[in-house]
Amino acid sequence: MAVTLAQALNRALHDAMDADDKVVVFGEDVGRLGGVFRITDKLQERFGEGRCFDTPLAESGIVGTAIGMALYGWKPVVEMQFDGFTYPAFEQIVSHLAKMRNRSRGTVALPVVVRIPFGGGIGAVEHHSESPEAYFAHTAGLKVVSPGTPADAYSLLRESIASPDPVIFFEPKRRYWLKEDVELPVRTEPVGQAVVRRAGTTATLIAYGPMVRTCLDAAEAATAEGWDLEVLDLRSLMPLDEAGLLASVRRTGRAIVVHEAQVFAGFGAEVAARVTEQAFYELEAPVLRVGGFDIPYPAAKLEEFHLPDVDRILDAVERSLGY
Amino acid sequence: MNRAEPPQVPDPATLLPPDEPVRLLDEQGELHEDPAFPLDLKDEDFRALYRFMVLARRVDRQAINLQRQGQLGVYASLLGQEAAQVGGAYALAEQDWVFPSYRELGAGLVRGLDPAAILHLFRGTWLSNHDPRAHHFGLLSIPIGTQALHATGFAMGAKLDGKDLVVLSYFGDGATSEGDPHEAMNFAAVFTAPVVFFVQNNQYAISVPLSKQTHAPTLAHKAVGYGMPGFRCDGNDVLASYAVTRHAVERARAGEGPSLVEAVTYRMESHTTADDATRYRTPEELELWRRRDPIARLEHFLERQGLLDAGLRDEVAEEAEALAARLRDEITDAPHGDPLELFDHVYAEPPAHYAEQRALLRRELDAGEGA
Repeated sequence: MAVTLAQALNRALHDAMDADDKVVVFGEDVGRLGGVFRITDKLQERFGEGRCFDTPLAESGIVGTAIGMALYGWKPVVEMQFDGFTYPAFEQIVSHLAKMRNRSRGTVALPVVVRIPFGGGIGAVEHHSESPEAYFAHTAGLKVVSPGTPADAYSLLRESIASPDPVIFFEPKRRYWLKEDVELPVRTEPVGQAVVRRAGTTATLIAYGPMVRTCLDAAEAATAEGWDLEVLDLRSLMPLDEAGLLASVRRTGRAIVVHEAQVFAGFGAEVAARVTEQAFYELEAPVLRVGGFDIPYPAAKLEEFHLPDVDRILDAVERSLGY
Repeated sequence: MNRAEPPQVPDPATLLPPDEPVRLLDEQGELHEDPAFPLDLKDEDFRALYRFMVLARRVDRQAINLQRQGQLGVYASLLGQEAAQVGGAYALAEQDWVFPSYRELGAGLVRGLDPAAILHLFRGTWLSNHDPRAHHFGLLSIPIGTQALHATGFAMGAKLDGKDLVVLSYFGDGATSEGDPHEAMNFAAVFTAPVVFFVQNNQYAISVPLSKQTHAPTLAHKAVGYGMPGFRCDGNDVLASYAVTRHAVERARAGEGPSLVEAVTYRMESHTTADDATRYRTPEELELWRRRDPIARLEHFLERQGLLDAGLRDEVAEEAEALAARLRDEITDAPHGDPLELFDHVYAEPPAHYAEQRALLRRELDAGEGA
């Protein structure tokens, strides 16, 4: 049955709330409206206003009260309405959500999921298209997860909700309408395991979230050049599947890491460094990074010039093959 | 949790704090009861309040001395705020919770927390050593005002669970300028969460006086903007601090929602042992507040009541000395613990690369031992 990534997320929330009556969902407009992207559609109708409710418009308040509710014993799944509105919650996420387990010497667990629709490509106004994942991957104590397919959207969200550790869950908003034939519920590979979406021999494209689809498109287009590209979907940035990453790169000898976020100090730098440190002698070329430019996210009519696309990826493949 | 019906908008006049802070004990220790804030305390409670305040002051002095001896990295004194802290915390029932900042040693004592846990934090051995569930006392929160949201969330959680439980969040005058206490009070009011926001207005945020912190008539007036009552009490009067907080706690327990209590007090020491308050305060101001000493005022009251005989005074003094001695023993040269534990509590499910970093530290430790 064809389901969209958005439907898979919605189903995951329904099923998680069904399975565990400690799971609560709250945020801005998630109740009656069902969220601006309808990811929380019908949760309030089905589970009541106690377990799915709208909050005042305050992101720090949402994450801070989620921490308090988790201390009490609930399992909050909260929504940041857009990537660019996550920043007011940054202090609560970095100073408390990520650190309280460590601060309490392991006595306090905070099983909180912060859902963030992220990335561009939908022609949105400023602050609605950002890719802030590196901030969170850089923060010890958090898991950072980003699905690229509907099946993963379902399975990774279920797993994140069940996790005893806090999870920042980045939903590729431009792929909300991406369809896949899948029977739900589905259990895919666990968080922390990368998956080869397309096996190939010429080079490895490494991606997560929205860029998985773009990389698959690039791999398809590359066959015209006679290139057989492998696409590796990381699925989670923390934990990073270093073994899976290295295995793929060792097979192909070339690695190109792709994300929408700006390249400078982006997550791709971590991937490039780890591959270089661990697989230096198996590499035929330096690890290349493909991403957005090192600029503030541009206005909607200009985003196509900023975002990595098939051409920018294939250009990088060509440069890699030139070594 | 959302209400189908719009809430009844309260009459703002009923939310306003009084012109003067509620004071039940004058400086001579004479009791002037206020029918709006009845005292439901017995003689044993008066003695208990005295005991907690004396213990808090003794532990505070011990902590300052330990810092001066190099045993604590830094310490944030509560001197002068004993009545506000003890009175506030004493108004809670056993099932209730406290979410403190980093200065609430006195409140911790009331909740049964071993002050060694707090001193370990300031020594820097392990980040915090106490289980919040043991005494319903949250971990010390250093980023200003952030704990107020945890208090509100905890209270929302208790309400959703149908539990009779009130949460008290301490924060200071400086914190009222931060966003989080604002969001916490707003959320608590919207969800009718059983929270008491207890502001210890000690007049200074490090060096910045209240006059540069806010243009509000008083901090308690801020409550009106959230649709909750604002109360003010003399924070150097433990009975007023107790009675006003008790009223706020009972309101919350009865389902009437949150309120804000401003306890007007004074931080007699510097912000922390790393600060020098002589750079921004005058000796005259300090002297003015020294005359309002909260323990002396309670002692006057106890003497008037015939409760403070030599027996009680000696008993409490001995207990305080014994506690200070135990803390000296426990904290002096306390080991920092196994460095390899650094990796043990970050995640329930640690990432694979922690094994490499742990092994690196292991090698560094072994090399250090060999050298």
